[in-house]
Amino acid sequence: MRDALGVGVAVGLSGVAFGVTSAGSGLSVVQSCALSLLVFTGASQFALVGALAAGGGPVTAAAGAFFLGVRNAFYGVRLGQLLALSRLVRPFAAHWVIDETTAVALAQPTRRGVRIGFVVTGASLFVLWNLTTLLGALGAEAMGDTEVWGLDAAGPAVFLALLAPMVKSAVERAVAGVAVLLGLGLLPVLPAGVPVLVAALAAPVVLWVAGRRGSGEGGR
Amino acid sequence: MNVWIAIGVTALGCYAVKLAGLLVPAGVLERPLVRRLAALLPVALLAALTAQQTFADGRVLVLDARAVGLAAAAVALLLRAPFLVVVAVAVLVTAGVRAMGG
Repeated sequence: MRDALGVGVAVGLSGVAFGVTSAGSGLSVVQSCALSLLVFTGASQFALVGALAAGGGPVTAAAGAFFLGVRNAFYGVRLGQLLALSRLVRPFAAHWVIDETTAVALAQPTRRGVRIGFVVTGASLFVLWNLTTLLGALGAEAMGDTEVWGLDAAGPAVFLALLAPMVKSAVERAVAGVAVLLGLGLLPVLPAGVPVLVAALAAPVVLWVAGRRGSGEGGR
Repeated sequence: MNVWIAIGVTALGCYAVKLAGLLVPAGVLERPLVRRLAALLPVALLAALTAQQTFADGRVLVLDARAVGLAAAAVALLLRAPFLVVVAVAVLVTAGVRAMGG
């Protein structure tokens, strides 16, 4: 319970960073709040406003955000088994299937604990994330030029902080490296928002190369 | 209007994948290759996004105050600083470099 509230509060406060980034990217306060209410998965929200700010079309920008959100489906599989929800409850629970609720819920030893962890983290995070988005967006509007305050560095810093714990093995480092090269190299050539989608191909390509190497070394 | 379209498409898409995880039979998404790919996809996207938002100005690559701010954030991450501190360091250092005319 205390873990769940701790995570909910700590991460919920970073909604300020989203509100500020979103407003700095040219979205209105209402649009920023709509994203936090309806999308409610941080990385996708940051990716979307970043892509829109860079001049990406709505569908291209949404595609990048969507692919970042795909990991939530895999959380749902694990959570679905542990929460054992009835069919009626699942559509409501789905909105809260994100990094933080999954991390807290999976760490609980009992089904009751899993359910409490999921609900408390989800509720505290949802309330705070939306409140702080509103405050951040209002604050950014009051500040005027957010670049003077260095707030355009908040978005990439969020991505870096999310990325760091995911990169552990050589395969992950290779994927990140190839993705950076593709993302930067194709930027001047392709329409805004598209290079990120092409960079996502680093994942299957590196996996394929690593698989071939692995099977070669294993003599199979 | 374009922004609202983007918000609508993203909201629907992201909700659909969340719900799909709870509804589909576990076997489909539990295959090792699918799991590996799903774990690597955010690595690729986040790496590309970090790089672009640090070095891109429109469709031109530039080296400006943001790069210094992100380098400082990376140091904060290595020192195991909490999430909000990492973001704050990037913002403050970027603002500082700009204030000095960088």
